[in-house]
Amino acid sequence: MATDTQFPLWEVFIQSKSGANYIHAGSVHAADSNMALQNARDTYTRRGEGTSIWVVPTAAIVASNPDDNDMFFDPANDKVYRHPTFYVMPEGAKAI
Amino acid sequence: MELVEKADNAQAELLMHFEEKINRGDAIEPKDRMPDGYRKHLIRQMSQHAHSEVIGMQPEGNWITRAPSLRAKQILLAKIQDEGGHGLYLYSAAETLGISRDEMIDLLHSGKAKYSSIFNYPTLTWADIGAIGWLVDGAAIVNQVSLQRTSYGPYSRAMVRICKEESFHQRQGYEIMAKMMKGTKDQQEMAQDAMNRWWWPSLMMFGPHDSESPRSSDAVKWKIKRHTNDELRQKFIDKTVQQAEVIGLTIPDNDLNWNETTGHYDHGPINWDEFHRVINGNGPCNKQRMDHHKKVHQDGAWVRAAAEAYRQKKEKQSLN
Ligand SMILES: [Fe+2]
Ligand SMILES: [Fe+2]
Repeated sequence: MATDTQFPLWEVFIQSKSGANYIHAGSVHAADSNMALQNARDTYTRRGEGTSIWVVPTAAIVASNPDDNDMFFDPANDKVYRHPTFYVMPEGAKAI
Repeated sequence: MELVEKADNAQAELLMHFEEKINRGDAIEPKDRMPDGYRKHLIRQMSQHAHSEVIGMQPEGNWITRAPSLRAKQILLAKIQDEGGHGLYLYSAAETLGISRDEMIDLLHSGKAKYSSIFNYPTLTWADIGAIGWLVDGAAIVNQVSLQRTSYGPYSRAMVRICKEESFHQRQGYEIMAKMMKGTKDQQEMAQDAMNRWWWPSLMMFGPHDSESPRSSDAVKWKIKRHTNDELRQKFIDKTVQQAEVIGLTIPDNDLNWNETTGHYDHGPINWDEFHRVINGNGPCNKQRMDHHKKVHQDGAWVRAAAEAYRQKKEKQSLN
C-alpha cells in the first residue's frame, strides 16, 4: 500500500438550534463528504449540540491574512454614519 | 553579516509584537505569526494531551465487558467514547499549527511523544473505574479548567468543549466509589485499595514541582499555562479531601494536614523516582498500552485503504 493517510481534512460548522448561525466547531478527517458528516456528528454532537451540520473541505476555505488587518479592514474605520448613534433625533420623538 | 543582523532584528520585532499581543490578553489564532518556541511548545503539549485522551481509553476499556450492570456498562461506554472525542478535538486543534495527524501518531509510536503516565497503571478491580473517574478525571478537570484561558485560540476552544463533558466523568466515578463505600466490607476494602493505588499517581499528573520544571517559564510568560503545576495540584487536593471524607475513604498520606495559615492542605512528599520511572517507559503497563495502540492502528489500515479506494472510485465516476 502506497500511503496510509488519515484522509483529507474537513471543517465542521454546527447550528445549535433552528434559526441560529452556523458556528465553527473544529475539524475531522474523512474520505468523502458522507463520512465527513458522520464523523462530525459523532465527534461534535454527542449531546444534542446540533440541529444541522455543514462540512467543508479545509482546502476550500479562503481566509484573510491577519498581517493585513489594518489595511484590509480600513474601509470601514471612518464611516461612523453607518451606526444609528451617529444621527441626531429631534427632542421628544419616540420609538425611533 | 549585515543580513544576519537584519534577520535577528526582524525576529526580535516579531517576538516583541507577539508578546505585546499576549500581554493585552488577545488570543493567538492559527494564521497569526508566532515565535517558533511558542509553536513547538504547543505542538508538544497539545499532542501529548491528545495522546493521553486516546491512550486513557485502554485502562477503562478493560472493564466494559465486566461492568456490574447494564447501567454501568452504558455509562462507561459513553465516558470512553467522550475520551476518544477529546483526543479528536485536540488532534484537530494541534493540526492548525502545521503538524499532521500522521506525524503525531508516528511520534507516539516511535516513543518521541509522551502521554500522561497515569495511564500506565493497571485497572485491577471495578473500584479502579470509580477511582479513575473521580481522581484521574478530577485532576484532569482542574488542569483543563485552567487551560480554558490558554492563549492559543483553538486549544482554548477545545478545552471549553472538553470541560463541558468532563463533569459527568468525575461524577460517575465518585458515584461508583460512594456506592461501594455503602456496600459490603469487601467492597469498602476494594474502594479503599483503589484509592490507595490511584491517589499518588493522580498527584503526579500535575507534573514536577515548580522549582524543577524547566520549560514552564516560557509557557507562563506566553500564557499557554495560566497556573503552575503546584498551584493546580494544591487546588485538586483541597477539593478532593472533603469528598473522600464524605464517603468515608482515607487519603493514603499520613502527612496530610489542614494548614490554618496557608488555608490549604499540606501533603507528604511525592515519589518522583516512581514518576520518572513510569514516564521513561518502565511503568506496569507502558508496553501493553503502546503495543495495543500500534496493533489497532495497523489492524485498521485496510479500512482506511478501502475508504480511500472508494473515494477515488467516486471521484472518477463524477468526472465521467
Ligand atoms: Fe477527557
Ligand atoms: Fe474524562
